Amino acid sequence: MNAYIAKLVAQRIALGLLLIFLVSIMIFLGTQILPGDVAQAILGQTATPESLANLREELGLNASATERYFSWLTGILHGDLGTSLSNGRDIASAISERLGNTLFLASWAALISVPLAIILGLVSVLYRGRWPDKVISAATLSAISVPEFMMSYILMYYVAVQLGWAPSVAMLNDRMSLLEKLHAISLPIAVLVMVVLAHMMRMTRAALLNVMQSAYIETAELKGIRRSAVIWRHAFPNSIAPIVNVVMLNMAYLVVGVVVVEVVFVYPGMGQYLVDHVSKRDVPVVQACGLIFAAVYIFLNMVADIVSILANPRLRHPK
Amino acid sequence: MADPLLRIDNLKIEATAQPPGEAPRRITIVDGVSLELEKGKVLGLIGESGAGKSTIGLSAMGYGRGGIELTGGEIVLNGREIREASGRTLRSLRGAEVTYVAQSAAAAFNPAKCLMDQVVEASVSHGRATRAVAEARAVELFRKLGLPEPETFGSRYPHQVSGGQLQRAMTAMALCPEPDLVIFDEPTTALDVTTQLGVLSAIKTAIREQGVAALYITHDLAVVAQIADDIMVLRQGKTVEYGTTEQIITAPQEEYTRALVSVTAKAHEEKITELPPVLEIEGLNARYRGMDRNVLSDINLAIQPGTTLAVVGESGSGKSTLARVITGLLPPVSGKITFDGRVLPAERKRRTREDLRELQMVYQMADVAMNPRQTVGTIIGRPLRFYFGMKGREQRRRVIELLDQIELGEEFIDRYPAELSGGQKQRVCIARALAAKPKLIICDEVTSALDPLVAEGILKLLADLQAREQVSYLFITHDIATVRAIADTIAVMHLGKLVRYGRKSEVLAPPFDDYTDMLLKSVPEMRLGWMEEVAAG
Repeated sequence: MNAYIAKLVAQRIALGLLLIFLVSIMIFLGTQILPGDVAQAILGQTATPESLANLREELGLNASATERYFSWLTGILHGDLGTSLSNGRDIASAISERLGNTLFLASWAALISVPLAIILGLVSVLYRGRWPDKVISAATLSAISVPEFMMSYILMYYVAVQLGWAPSVAMLNDRMSLLEKLHAISLPIAVLVMVVLAHMMRMTRAALLNVMQSAYIETAELKGIRRSAVIWRHAFPNSIAPIVNVVMLNMAYLVVGVVVVEVVFVYPGMGQYLVDHVSKRDVPVVQACGLIFAAVYIFLNMVADIVSILANPRLRHPK
Repeated sequence: MADPLLRIDNLKIEATAQPPGEAPRRITIVDGVSLELEKGKVLGLIGESGAGKSTIGLSAMGYGRGGIELTGGEIVLNGREIREASGRTLRSLRGAEVTYVAQSAAAAFNPAKCLMDQVVEASVSHGRATRAVAEARAVELFRKLGLPEPETFGSRYPHQVSGGQLQRAMTAMALCPEPDLVIFDEPTTALDVTTQLGVLSAIKTAIREQGVAALYITHDLAVVAQIADDIMVLRQGKTVEYGTTEQIITAPQEEYTRALVSVTAKAHEEKITELPPVLEIEGLNARYRGMDRNVLSDINLAIQPGTTLAVVGESGSGKSTLARVITGLLPPVSGKITFDGRVLPAERKRRTREDLRELQMVYQMADVAMNPRQTVGTIIGRPLRFYFGMKGREQRRRVIELLDQIELGEEFIDRYPAELSGGQKQRVCIARALAAKPKLIICDEVTSALDPLVAEGILKLLADLQAREQVSYLFITHDIATVRAIADTIAVMHLGKLVRYGRKSEVLAPPFDDYTDMLLKSVPEMRLGWMEEVAAG
C-alpha cells in the first residue's frame, strides 16, 4: 500500500459519506413535498382542525423544515431513527431485524450468483461462438427476460406445490438451524440468482472479450499456453475492474430491489416492511428505509471503486 | 544434406475481407513464397507494409491473425509439417521450439503481471525448465541484454520500465525457453534511433551466443543489413529478390530492391535567403499544467520564407510541444513568437482568422486527422470556405487545382479517406493545409508512419510545393535521413533544450557536440559491419 493509493481510497470514502449526506437531504425533501402532512394522513377522515393542530404539535411538525431535518439527522447519527407513526414502535429496532433478514437473503443469493456468473462468463469466453457459449447466453437471457414475480409464481407452483421440495412461503424464526433457514428461503434465492446472473455473466463475458483483443493475449497464445490458462491468467486480471463494478451494482440490487420477491414470498425483510409502511403513509419509516437503501447502494459502489483502484497495477506499483 | 530448421515451400496465405456493406471476398496475402533457414542463421524479411512479411513470420508458428488462413504450400519446422498441424501440436511448438518478439513490446506485455512471471511462463508451462532454472536463465539474459539491475529487473511491471527496456525484456522472453527459432517482428521500429542501436546489438549478440536461428522482419533495409545472413525482399505477398545480405546490399538485381537500397541516399541543396524571418521565437519556455519543470526551456529559433527548418529529437525531447506552443494550443510560460513581423497572441482563441490561416499544420497520422465520413472534396473544400468564402463551382475548381498540385487526379474528389492509401491520405492532408495559402506549415512527423518509398514521394512533393509556393516548413522528425533530404536549417533538441541550431551544412558537419554526435552515429547505414564499427567506437 502506498500513499497515493491511500489518498485515492480516502477520497472515495469521503465522497461516499458526502453522497449519503446529500441523499439524506433529498430523502427528507422528497417526503416533505408529498401532499398533505403526516398528521393529516394519520387522522384521515376523522380529522378536525383541533385534533390536527394537537397532533402537529405533538409530532413537532410546526417547527421549520430545516430544524426538523437537523433534528432527524442528529437522531440518525445517534442511532435513533425515530418512532413509527402507525404503531409507535422504535424504527431502529424494527428495521435491524428486517435488515438482517434482507441481508441474509441477499448475501446467500450473492454467494451463489457471483461465482456462478464469473465461471459461466469464463466458460462462455473459452467456448466463444460454440454451443456452451450459446446455451449459457440463451439460458441466462431467458431467465432475466421473465419478470421476477412471474418467475416466483412459476417456481412456487412447480417446485413448492407440485413437487413439494421447498416451502412456498419463506418464513423464518429464531429456532431454525441454518440449514432449515436456507431451505425456507431456497425459492427466493433461486429467483434472485436468476435475475442477477445474466447481467453479471454478460458483463464478465464482454469485459473478457474486450481484453482478449489485446496484443498481450496474442503474446500468451504464441507462447503455446492453453486457452483456458490464457483467459484465467492473462485476461481475467485485466478485467477485474469492470467485472467488480457490475457485480457490486447487482449486489446493491439484491438488497434494494428485492421488494417484489419479498412480497411474493411473504419474506419478513426490508422490502416488505417498506411497502407496508408506504401504504400507511408512515413517513419516518419510509425515510429511514430510503436512507438505509441509499447507504447500501453507495457503500457497495464505493467498494467497487476501491477494488478497481487496488486492481490497477499502475497504481499499485508506481514508477 | 540434412533438412534445414525451417523450410517454407510455395506458401499461399489468404484472408477473407469483409468491407462494410460489401460482400466478403477472398484476398491473397502471400503467394508462392519459398525460403529455407539453417540452424543458427538469420534471415531478414523486408518489404513495405502490406508486403506480407509479418504474416509469413507468424505462419512459421502456424498462427494467422484474424481471418487469415494458410491455404497452400508447406511449412516444415524441425522436420514437422506445421500448416495443417493440430492445435495441440502447434501449442507444443509455440513458446518452446519457436518464439516471437512483437513490434510493440509495450502492448505485448500483460500490464497486470510482473515481467519475470511473463518471461519464464513459456519455459515453465512447456516443462522445459523448472521455475528456478528458468528464472536464473532470465536473469542471465537480462544481464546479456544490458538491462539495469538484472537481479531484480523481473520484479518490475511493464509500465515501470522504458520502451527500449521492454523490447529487450521481450527478447529475453523469447530466448528464455532456448528455442530453435525466434521470429523478430519489427522489434526496433517503434524505438528512437539511439535506443534502436542498443537493442539491435543486444539482439545480435544474444542470438549469436545462443546459436538460435531467427526470422528478422523489418521495413528498414539498413537495420536488417546489420543482423541478417540472408535477405528476402517482399512486395505485395510475392518474393522480389532473395539472396545473401551482401548481394542484396551491394548488387541488387531487381529494380524494386535498387529503389529500396538508394532511398536514403538522397540529399537536398541547402537554400539560403537573407529575407526577414516568417517565424521568430525568442526565449520561449513552456510547461504542461501541474508540471514543476519546463518541457521547453529557452528556445530561440527563426525560419526564413521559403525554407525548411527541421526540428530533430527523440521522443520526449519536446519537439511536438514546440508545435503546440506555436499553434497556440499550449500558451507558453514566457517568450515571444513573432510571425510575419507581428507578435502572435499566446492563446489560440485570441488569434485572428488571418493568423490561423497563415499557419497550417499537417499531422503524423493522416488517418485520424481526417473525418472518415467526409469526401476528399469536402475535406479540402472546408478551409477554402472558412478562410475565403469559396462555394460551389468555384470551390470545386480550386479543390481540383489543389488535387493536381498534390499529384492526385480529379477522380479523387468524391472518394472517402478509407479508399485512399497511406501516402494518398497524407497528400490530401497537405492539400488541406495548402488550401489556406499559408506562409508556414508545421509538419509533425508527416512521413514517420509511411513506408520509405512512399515517404520519399511525400518529401519530394513538399520540396516541389515549396519551390512553387514559397511556403516555409517547420518539419518535426526523429529521422536523420528525412532531415538530410529536406532541411535548410536544423534545430537539434534534447530534453526540452536546443543543443544545436544552424544551417544544415554547419549542423551536420564536425565538430559535433556529444548528443548530436551520438544521434548521427546511431542512424543505421546501409553497409555490412556498420554496427560493429559503431560499437567499437
